[in-house]
Amino acid sequence: MNATVAEQKRAKTGSERYRAGVLKYAQMGYWQPDYVPAATDVLALFRITPQEGVEPEEAAAAVAGESSTATWTVVWTDRLTACERYRAKAYRVDPVPGSPGQYFAYIAYDLDLFEPGSIANLTASIIGNVFGFKPLKALRLEDMRFPSAYVKTFSGPPTGIVVERERLDKFGRPLLGATIKPKLGLSGRNYGRVVFEALKGGLDFTKDDENINSQPFMHWRDRFLFCMEAVNRAQAASGEVKGHYLNVTAGTLEDMYERAEFARDLGSVIVMIDLVIGYTAIQSMSRWARRNDMILHLHRAGHSTYTRQKSHGVSFRVISKWMRLAGVDHIHAGTVVGKLEGDPNSVQGFYNVLREPHNPVDLQRGVFFEQDWAGLHGVMPVASGGIHAGQMHQLLHYLGEDTILQFGGGTIGHPMGIAAGATANRVALEAMVLARNEGRDIWNEGPQILAAAARECAPLRAALDVWGEVTFNYASTDTPDFVPTPQVA
Amino acid sequence: MRITQGTFSFLPELTDAQIRKQLEYSLANGWAVSIEYTDDPHPRNSYWEMFGMPMFDIRDAAGIMAEIASCRKIFPRHYIKVNAFDATRGRESLRLSFLVNRPPQEPGFALVREEGPGRAVRYTTRAYACDRPEGERY
Repeated sequence: MNATVAEQKRAKTGSERYRAGVLKYAQMGYWQPDYVPAATDVLALFRITPQEGVEPEEAAAAVAGESSTATWTVVWTDRLTACERYRAKAYRVDPVPGSPGQYFAYIAYDLDLFEPGSIANLTASIIGNVFGFKPLKALRLEDMRFPSAYVKTFSGPPTGIVVERERLDKFGRPLLGATIKPKLGLSGRNYGRVVFEALKGGLDFTKDDENINSQPFMHWRDRFLFCMEAVNRAQAASGEVKGHYLNVTAGTLEDMYERAEFARDLGSVIVMIDLVIGYTAIQSMSRWARRNDMILHLHRAGHSTYTRQKSHGVSFRVISKWMRLAGVDHIHAGTVVGKLEGDPNSVQGFYNVLREPHNPVDLQRGVFFEQDWAGLHGVMPVASGGIHAGQMHQLLHYLGEDTILQFGGGTIGHPMGIAAGATANRVALEAMVLARNEGRDIWNEGPQILAAAARECAPLRAALDVWGEVTFNYASTDTPDFVPTPQVA
Repeated sequence: MRITQGTFSFLPELTDAQIRKQLEYSLANGWAVSIEYTDDPHPRNSYWEMFGMPMFDIRDAAGIMAEIASCRKIFPRHYIKVNAFDATRGRESLRLSFLVNRPPQEPGFALVREEGPGRAVRYTTRAYACDRPEGERY
């Protein structure tokens, strides 16, 4: 490193620091390789791709600066503040394994930079202007660590995994759901028919799709009334608690409250919102759900626009953390084996972030920071998109028990009808859980376990005949950067 | 009709050998097993009668199987379920709950509708068997 480069990475001090003009961000104090993060700091890990000629440390400093106190030039008014505390500090830069030109930049933020209990405030800093910053070709927020002091300013999921199970009286197995198809065009009466058949056949939940709100073919009140008739009929037919995620997403928060209140008055146990309503609306609906004893389901509509590509955007593990803080009870988080993007390790990382009371560092699953959730409830991850009964052993193996498996086409497209499709899924699931608990190796014996269960269950036999061989084997784009290395015992 | 509460109600009735394996799985996880029975199987009846206390200190499936047998003997026409309770912080709830006995006939539930304004309906789920007093229902 020549003298000039070294000089450009060193923070200036005193009057030299505040002389009017332009300094490198590192010179302004946003690169501090000796900084030891405080237990109360918010930490962020960015993947940065600097423009040619921009040193990685300077790029990291620029990210720290632009996501905290900096502007493009020196301002003397910094000296009216405890600016050294408020400056975010880039404290570590590592090359990304196997990706030349990309670096992991670790940045620490003082807790006072953030308003308590506001995802909007947090994200306005962390993914605000900085993502359009010219010295970077691309920028991706990979992970965050929130100190307990910050976590405790959020209420978190209004219901949570444990209380949801207690309310539904359903234990020991993943829950089962299905999204009503076709997602657009059914009248309220026909739509309710699909809900009824699927719930009566054995599902725990059915679901509105993300774009079912209030359209000419089915207004929302009609949908709610027909769906609740279906839910209650299925409850009486099975003796189980059932639910339909009534999507209350609308153009204004006032409309959403009106729809949610109607759902509550009709006796629904759950309402649903879309990620596209925005962080503040999500937090408002979470408060509403908490006051009204309602489970809150979140459909992650829109997330792939910024989570899928590895070079630029926000990782879904960060979205998962934000949504656990914001307070939703369900969130779609990938299936591994279905039709939508999802590397097994990355998806397990998301699930762990949503469900566990504490996450250790787990680079193989893309988890860069230790995170203590400080008693915040767990979020139930939902696996939805191109899954079927023949994959039951893989789903249980990858995703575990606290999840909702949603078979849309895999229920409604069953050759013997919707109720038969639901029964096939429920029988496959219970048979697999029973076998796993008995100590059988479901990963290898899964197909035989399903075949044995199908001998007692014609709908499962038909499902395996139609879909047993269907797979979606495409390479994932959002994969972890670290592969497991052999450890010396 | 067949009430499908519990983890394994869509499978053929579990044999005692199968039940025992689920108990062994629960005990291996450190969960406490309890037995409950009822003749009011409403989906929101959270409090079935306890057949004794949760067996926190029984670590042998054979002992629990004997308790299940004695519950079945006393209440042959009741619903009986086995629960496994996990006292780990953050869970402190059931991890498994499945039926091990049901009445020979299950008449099921009536859905009572009270029509309200604006086409809204208030629903009540009522077990046909609950027309009779407790203990005389199945």
